[in-house]
Amino acid sequence: MNYAVLVPMLAFLVIIFFIGYWSSRKLSASSNFISDYFLGGRELGGFVLAMTMVATYGSASSFLGGPGTAYTMGFGWVLLAMAQVVTGYFVLMILGKKYAIMARRYKAVTMIDFLKARYNSTIVVLLSAFSIIVFLFSAMAAQWIGGARLVESLTGLSYNSALFLFAISVLVYVTIGGFRAVALTDAVQGAVMLVGTLVLLIAVIIAGGGIPNIVNDLINENPNLVTPYGADGNLTTAYVSSFWILVGVGVVGLPQIAVRAMSYKNSRSMHRALIIGTIVTGFIMLNMHLIGVFARPVMPGIEIGDKVIPLIALETLPPWVAGIVLAAPMAAIMSTVDSLLLLVSSSIVKDVYLNYIKPDATMKTIKRISFGVTGILGVIVFLLALNPPELLIFLNLFAFGGLEAAFIWPIVLGLYWKWGNKYGAIASMATGIFSYIAIHFYNIEYGNLFGVHTVTVPVLLSLAAFIAFSLLINRKAYQYNIIK
Amino acid sequence: MEETDWRFKIAHREAWIGVGLALFNFIWWFGFAYGLGSRPVEEYSYIFGLPDWFFYSCVVGFLLICVLVIVIVKFFFTEVPFDEEEEIR
Repeated sequence: MNYAVLVPMLAFLVIIFFIGYWSSRKLSASSNFISDYFLGGRELGGFVLAMTMVATYGSASSFLGGPGTAYTMGFGWVLLAMAQVVTGYFVLMILGKKYAIMARRYKAVTMIDFLKARYNSTIVVLLSAFSIIVFLFSAMAAQWIGGARLVESLTGLSYNSALFLFAISVLVYVTIGGFRAVALTDAVQGAVMLVGTLVLLIAVIIAGGGIPNIVNDLINENPNLVTPYGADGNLTTAYVSSFWILVGVGVVGLPQIAVRAMSYKNSRSMHRALIIGTIVTGFIMLNMHLIGVFARPVMPGIEIGDKVIPLIALETLPPWVAGIVLAAPMAAIMSTVDSLLLLVSSSIVKDVYLNYIKPDATMKTIKRISFGVTGILGVIVFLLALNPPELLIFLNLFAFGGLEAAFIWPIVLGLYWKWGNKYGAIASMATGIFSYIAIHFYNIEYGNLFGVHTVTVPVLLSLAAFIAFSLLINRKAYQYNIIK
Repeated sequence: MEETDWRFKIAHREAWIGVGLALFNFIWWFGFAYGLGSRPVEEYSYIFGLPDWFFYSCVVGFLLICVLVIVIVKFFFTEVPFDEEEEIR
C-alpha cells in the first residue's frame, strides 16, 4: 500500500468530515429544517455558490475521462472541453434574478417545486420526479463506481473495500449535514481542484521539457494531434460545436445545477458567483485537458483513459504531493455524488412524499424521513455499485443529455414566456426524453444524425413541442406579477 | 393594464446579455479554432509553444470572456432585492 499517497488523501477526507459535522450543528439550531437541509437556507455567499456549481458540475468525466480522451485525441479535445467555460456565466445569467425572485415567491426548495408552482400540474411534478430519480440515481451510481476505482488504483485496496471506504465518507456527511454541508465541502473541494490542477500542469510541463518541446514531440508522433480535428481527423466541426449544447448552454436544464441557482443569499452573491464561477470553470477545464494532451509524450502508451491522470501524477510528482493533487478528482467525484444523492432524496421526500402521500407530516417525521431516505438511497447505490447491473450503465448514458432535453424548456420558457403552460411542459418533457432515447439508438446503428451529438435534435424537438402545445391547448397568459 | 414588476425588467435585460455573451463566446471560439486551425499543420505558428489557433481560441478567448464577465457584472448588472418584504421597505 502506498502510504505516502494515502495519508494526504485521508487527511483531506477527515477535513471534509469535520466540515460536515460543523454544519450539522448549525442545522440542528435552525427553525426551517426542509429549506436548510435541501437548500442551505438560501444564504450561500458568492464564493461558496460558485464553487458548489463548479464542483457539482466537474465530475469524474472532467477529471479522469476528459483528460484521458484528450490524451488520445490531442488539442481538438481541449477545444471541445473549452465549450464548458460558458456554463460558468450562462446558467446564472439566464436563470439569474427572475428565477431567484420566483423561487422565493413560490417558496420553492427544489427545481420541481418551481415547476409545480409555475404549471400547477400533478403530471408535471410526477414526470419530473420520476426522471430525476431514475436518471440521476444511475448517474450517481456511475460516479460512485468511478470514485471506488480511483481509491482502488491509489491505495491498492480491493475494489469492494475501496467502494466501502468511499461510500461511508459520502454518506456520513450528506446524511448529517444536508445541503449546507455539501455546499461548504464543495467549496473546499473546488479550491483543492483549482490548486491541484495547476500544480500538476506545471509538473507535467517540466517533465516534458517545456511546452515547445512537448508540442514538437506531438507533431513528430502524429501532426493531427495539434489540429482541431483529433488524432484520426474525425472530430468534425459540427460534432465539436454541438457540445456547446451538451456541456455548455444545455446545462441550464440540469436539476442539480438549477437548484443551486435558487440558493443564493442576494444579488451581490450572485454577481460574485458569476465572476468566480467563470474564471474557476475555465481554469480547471483548460488545465486538466492540457495535462491530458501533454501527458502523451511524457508517458506514452497508456491504454485506459481514466488512468492517465493518476499515473501522470504519480510519475511527475513526489508521492505526498501526488496524494494531495489526486484528492482533486476524488473531491470532484465526491461532491458530484453527494449533490446528486441529496437531490434524489429531496425529490422523494419533498416532491413525492410531502406533496402526495402525507402533506401534514410533522417536523419530526420529515426530519426522520429525510435522514432515512438519504441513508437508504446510499446503501442501495452501494449494493448496486458492488456489481453494477447492465440497466444501470444503460440509464447513465441518458442522464446528462436526457435530463437537459427534458427540463431546459419547461424551466427557461416557464420563466420568461408567459404563454407557456402545463400542456407545453408535459409535451416538451415527454418529447425530450423519448426522442433522446430514439436518437441514441439511431446514432449507435447508423452513425450520428446530421453529424452532431445525440442531445442536439431532442433539444430542438422539445422546444417545438413546448411552443406548439402551449399555444394549441388552453392558451392563456401566465401572470408573473402578484395581483395587488 | 398589466403592471410589470420593476425587477423583472432588469432580470430580462440581464438574461439577454447572457445570451449575447454566449453567442459572442461561440463565434470567437469557432472563428479562431477553425479559421486558423484548418490550415496545414506546417503553416501553424506557435505562441508560448501552443499552436496559434488554440492559443487565440481557447487561451485568449477564455481570458477575454473573464474580462467581459467582470466588466458586464460590475457595470451593467443591477443589484435587486429578491424577497417581497424588502421590496416594500
